[in-house]
Amino acid sequence: MFRDAGLIAGKDLRVELRSRVTTQQVAPFAILVLILFGVALDPDRGILTRASSGLFWVAVLFCSLLAIQRAFTIEAADGGRDALRLSGLDPAGIFLGKAAAIFVQLAALEMVLALGVVIMYGTEITGVPLLAATCLAATAGLSAAGTLYGVLAAGLRVRETLLPILLLPVLAPVLIGGTKAFEAALGGVAADGWPWCGLLATFALLYTTFGTLAFGPLLEEP
Amino acid sequence: MTAPHVARSVPASTSSPATRVLGGLTLSGLALLLGYALVWSPADVAQKDAVRLMYVHVPTAIVAFGACFLTTLASAMWLRRRSEGWWVLGGAAAEVGLVFTAICLLTGSIWGRPTWGTYWDWDPRITSTTLLFILLVGFLALRRIDDEAGDASQRGMRGAIVGLLLLPNVMIVHYSVDWWRSLHQTATITRLDPTIEGTMLFTLMLGIVVFGLLFAWLLVHRFRLGWLEERAGASGLDQAIVERRAEAGVAVATGGPA
Repeated sequence: MFRDAGLIAGKDLRVELRSRVTTQQVAPFAILVLILFGVALDPDRGILTRASSGLFWVAVLFCSLLAIQRAFTIEAADGGRDALRLSGLDPAGIFLGKAAAIFVQLAALEMVLALGVVIMYGTEITGVPLLAATCLAATAGLSAAGTLYGVLAAGLRVRETLLPILLLPVLAPVLIGGTKAFEAALGGVAADGWPWCGLLATFALLYTTFGTLAFGPLLEEP
Repeated sequence: MTAPHVARSVPASTSSPATRVLGGLTLSGLALLLGYALVWSPADVAQKDAVRLMYVHVPTAIVAFGACFLTTLASAMWLRRRSEGWWVLGGAAAEVGLVFTAICLLTGSIWGRPTWGTYWDWDPRITSTTLLFILLVGFLALRRIDDEAGDASQRGMRGAIVGLLLLPNVMIVHYSVDWWRSLHQTATITRLDPTIEGTMLFTLMLGIVVFGLLFAWLLVHRFRLGWLEERAGASGLDQAIVERRAEAGVAVATGGPA
């Protein structure tokens, strides 16, 4: 299972490395979202600094939609989905591999966004262990839930419009947990943030388990 | 030619003696509830007459969450048995549940205006119920696509998986939102306020029973309608096959391309 996951993750990341969609389209979009928030919210009153945790995670959610769509678009071309089905790879491995590739891309995007928040919103980084743990747990949850719902919507004519309405309400706990933990790390008491980090880890665990189990039957779908 | 066949296998109505009794009970229950809610129960000391909205608001909320449970149950059963009935039930429960969720949000908002002074507040229950509304909308949108895909044998696993995840999602969202807004007032619905008693408590209980009946009534009709849709789709397919065969037969008989 893990060998198959490694193969799939390696393949997806190689495709990204060569096509440069994440670096040339998704990462600029992430920065653009930060700029749009800056324009929409009054930059002089300190709203941006105070709201930076929430804005960061909203930007991550938007980017994750793009990354997930992208992860299944590359399978749609040249009958990639059929090839995956016929490859004899373990469906659980395929799920974990695709989720891992999305995880790596999202983690890189979060680095870019964090840099953007520090530079443009004037946020000071404190409580690094909590920030890092939150990012890890939240990104694992985003990737697992995103891969599961991504394959659900993949192959449908209406996938671009369907995925956000299916996925975003499901990801609401990630937004809440990520924002609360970040607020605790950046301004409040770090101890208040750890339970939220626990919530994020539970979310990630639940969706990874369910995705591993459900991916096989879903991949068989015409 | 096929009309008598269709008429025999597909009843023209979704009602039966049992649903007429259920409908009669529901309507008289609603009339009784109207009397208790608007006339015979007293106005609240703090909320004044706005409390009367609670007799609709609380029951619809309970029924809406019950509908989610039923949708998840039906989806799980469909995954086990793959029978048409569970598929139709899952959709019917979600659809009627969506209507109840909308009524719940609407009455809550109207109640909030005189009581809290605002139509909307970031209360945990409002937030999680709104997210539930969107989860149901998404589920029904996905099912529509699977329904268009054709007959039961090809039916999508997608709808069933999202249906199965509906209740867990609602619960995760509910608890995280609850925790997020834990500074606000705690739930008064599950733990009935001891000050609610007498006529008011009776009216609330009556409301829960009556809206439960209403849900069951609407659900049975929606289920039968869904079932008829399935039959109509299947008979349409049969008819098309018969026609194609007839055409092919004619073509073979005249020596044309088969």
